[in-house]
This record gives sequence, structure tokens and C-alpha cells, in this order.
Amino acid sequence: MSEITKEATQEQLLYAAILEKGMFAGLALMFVTFALYVFGILEPVIPLDQVSAYWNMPVGDYLAAMNSNFLHQAHAPTGWAWLSMLGKGDFLNFLPVAILSGVTIVCYLAIVPGLFARGDKAMGFICLATAVILTLAASGLIAGGGH
Amino acid sequence: MDSTIDFRDTPLTTPGMHRAGGDETTSHNQRQHIDLFYIYHIYSMSFGIEEETQMLEKIKKKAEMFMVSIVCAVLLSPAWAVASEVITEVPMVPEVDGAGWWKWPLILLVVTFVMGIIAVLGGVGGGVLFVPIISGFFPFHLDFVRGTGLLVALCGALAAGPGLLKANLANLRLALPVALIASTMAIVGAMVGLALPTHIVQLCLGGTILGIVAIMLSAKKSTIPDVPAADNLSSALRICGIYHEPTMNQDINWKVHRTPLGLATFIIIGFMAGMFGLGAGWANVPVLNLMMGAPLKISVATSKFLLSITDTSAAWIYVNKGCVIPMMVVPSLIGIMLGSFVGVRLLKVAKPSFIRWMVIGILLFAGLKAMHKALTSMGIL
Repeated sequence: MSEITKEATQEQLLYAAILEKGMFAGLALMFVTFALYVFGILEPVIPLDQVSAYWNMPVGDYLAAMNSNFLHQAHAPTGWAWLSMLGKGDFLNFLPVAILSGVTIVCYLAIVPGLFARGDKAMGFICLATAVILTLAASGLIAGGGH
Repeated sequence: MDSTIDFRDTPLTTPGMHRAGGDETTSHNQRQHIDLFYIYHIYSMSFGIEEETQMLEKIKKKAEMFMVSIVCAVLLSPAWAVASEVITEVPMVPEVDGAGWWKWPLILLVVTFVMGIIAVLGGVGGGVLFVPIISGFFPFHLDFVRGTGLLVALCGALAAGPGLLKANLANLRLALPVALIASTMAIVGAMVGLALPTHIVQLCLGGTILGIVAIMLSAKKSTIPDVPAADNLSSALRICGIYHEPTMNQDINWKVHRTPLGLATFIIIGFMAGMFGLGAGWANVPVLNLMMGAPLKISVATSKFLLSITDTSAAWIYVNKGCVIPMMVVPSLIGIMLGSFVGVRLLKVAKPSFIRWMVIGILLFAGLKAMHKALTSMGIL
């Protein structure tokens, strides 16, 4: 195990570097995807002039109304269903959101090998457990029912 | 996006001021100023000394409070006025008011811009201002406001995190065990929040915001808390470090204690962060600093970084449930980010006590509004 110094540890610096890249990538992409959406370059599922009629609904009603009025699918689009609709201006904006929400998982997975290699097993297992929990949350497997 | 850590709240500590046996705290500048003012005022009154300078101070104080009220009202009233026109029963196939669709995103952009400035100057997270204000005064449903609030807090934490980690102010070893508990509970909180009826969540949100106001009014801070000995758990996990404190010009060797109690508290904090979509900096800092004994700068920085993990887990629940409307999320993020940039530049000239009272005033107003909205929808008011 490494000595305690004033300087950030190797894991900390690695974590910071990945977080920084992911953050910049996500934010930059968000500007691009929003521009494509708001300037009408990519047609959205809910037309821009109708979106204000949907945002005051509870999320369950919103998804049902969107599905009923525009998508006409068997199920309302939840979880990772947005991936199949990346050609639509509004759903394309889920991509930067996913990057911003997902970069932390990558950071965790990146530092685990180093922690184990240095014999820091307790922190290694904590990182692994957190990465599993975040991945489960991201997967949509543990999302509860809406109202 | 509050990408800047505000250390103005850090007490002005000199080596002489730092007591050896355990400095409970030297309160921060503006609080010290206010306390001194009141002590002076009471002292003067008790001896019947009513001088012109005191009168001027009183008038100045009252004028300041009046200004706080005016700013709160001006900041929030346009949104309130238009919101009352828009909130109606929504049918399955909604009626469309196509002409003014851009109005709300634009107002959101302006309000979040102001919010970004206030968040930086007031030393609070964007999420804690965003959720109560936007849910109270805008037509957006609370589900989307919470989802957006989490993303606002998340982006603020992501922007600040790398710099804080590199500077070794945010400590990864302190954050990792806390993050495991807080992020797990944030998932539970998000799921509970999405399953409960909206008016119940709104009522709890109002209560929480009023609780945050109480914490802001009463919580003390300790620059370098006295930790006689690290507990077994923190020793085993080697949660400790060294940082340079420029105000004392010395390296501070820090450790933490009461780790099991601190971790247990993060069960509640994580739950609330997920349930309400609030960044949890308002709770993280007192627990890390006062309960666990981490130095104030380490606590503030680690708390900020911690939000990038806690809010990630809850954000995924909201994203997977469909609580993301880009037309709300992107203007909010842009507004908060631009506001934060301006706020950082205004830090040099802003008056801390005014800003602090303004944040408290806004939160008090928004908390009461959330409770009023919930009680109205329950038919109680």
C-alpha cells in the first residue's frame, strides 16, 4: 500500500482524468444534440409546438400519451428504449445524458484493478460493489413502477 | 451549475485562534458579523445607549431584509403569475397551445441563470434551489423537475469533481465507502419518490426544504475539527490524508472518527437525495465535517464530488422511468452553467450576508409554496 502524502493518489488521478473526459464529452454532445433538436434539423417524436402540453403530466401519463399520440407501440418507451429512437431529435438528447450519468461507472471500473494490485482489497471490493449497484441502476432492472 | 466551491464560509482562522483542545467552531464571516452586531446591539440597549450609528445600523439591516424580500418576490413572481395560468387538468390527448411553446424554456433559462449566480454566491448546490423553485412556480410536473434537478446537481458535481480530486481536496478514500451507501439509498429513494403520489412527495419536499433552512440558520462549521483518535473502521479503510491549509500556512494531517455513525446517516441523506432530486451537499458537509471530523475544506470538496456518484444512481432511475424532457433539461443546464460563470466573477464584489439571507429567503418561500401546493391538492387548504 502507498504512503499517505499531500499529493493525490494514482487511483484518484486516474478517476479524475476519466471523469473530466466524460464530462466534457457529455456536455459538448449535449449542445450539439440540443441544437439538432431545437432548430428542427432532426424531427422530434413530440413536435416542438406541442411539448408544453405534456410536461405538466405525471410521467406515467406523459409516456402513455406520447405513445398513444405519436409512437403507437405496444409499450410506452421506458428504460433503454430511447436507443432505438436516436433518429428523433428529442430522444437523441438522451445520449449525452447517458454519457454524463454513465461516466462514473467507467471511473469506478478503471480504478478497481489498481486497488487490488496494491493490496487495497477493502477499497477494491467497495468500488466493485458500487460499480455493480450503479450498473444495476443504469440497466433499468431495478426501476420501480411509476404512478 | 455550481462548479465552484465556495470557501468564503470557511472561518477566518489563524493559528492563535485555533484552540488546542477541540475547537468546536469559529463561525464563518457573515455569521460572526451578524452575531457581533446583535451582541453589540443588546449590550448597547442594556446600558440605554442609543447612538446615531446604531440607528443607522438598524435601518441598514431592515433595508437589507426588505431588499431580500423584494428580490425574492421579483425573482419568483413572473414565473408564479404565468404558472397559475398554465396548471390545468391535462387530458389524455392534450390541447396544444403551439404559439408560445418557447416561453417556458426561455423563462427557465433566465431563472436558472439567476439561480446559478445565487448558488455560487450563496455557496449552495444548484439542485437544492432548482427543485423547490421550479416545482413550486413552473408548470412542469414534479417527476420531471426532480429528474432535471438531479441532472443539474450531477453536472455541477461532474464539472467540479476532476479539479477537486486532482488538488487532493476531494478525498477518494473518504468518498468511496460513503458513496456506496448513499448511492444505494438514492436508488431506493428515487423508486419510492416515483411510486408515491405527487402531493405526498411535494409535501415532504416542502418539509425538507424548511428543514434545510433550519440547518442553514443553525449549523456550525469547524475548520479543522478535533479528532483525538481514528475509529477502527476508518483505520482499517485508511481514511485519512494530508492537505495544505494556506490560512495557517501548514500541512494538516487529518483523520476521521465516528465512521459507522456517519455512514448510517448517509442512509437517510442518500434516500432524500434520490426521493426529492436534491443535491445533498447541505447534509453531506455537516456530517463529514461535524460528525466524522473531516476538515471543512475536505468535507466541502468531498461532498461536491460525492454528488457525482449519489446523483448518478438516482439519475439513472429517473432516466429509465422517462422523467427526462430535453426541453427542460438542456435550458436548465445551460442557465445554471452560465449563471455559475457570472457568479464566480461576482464573488469579489458580492456581499455575503445579503446573499446568504437571500438564499434562505428564497428557500423559505419555495418550501412554503411546495407545502401550500401539496395541501391545496389534498383539499386541506
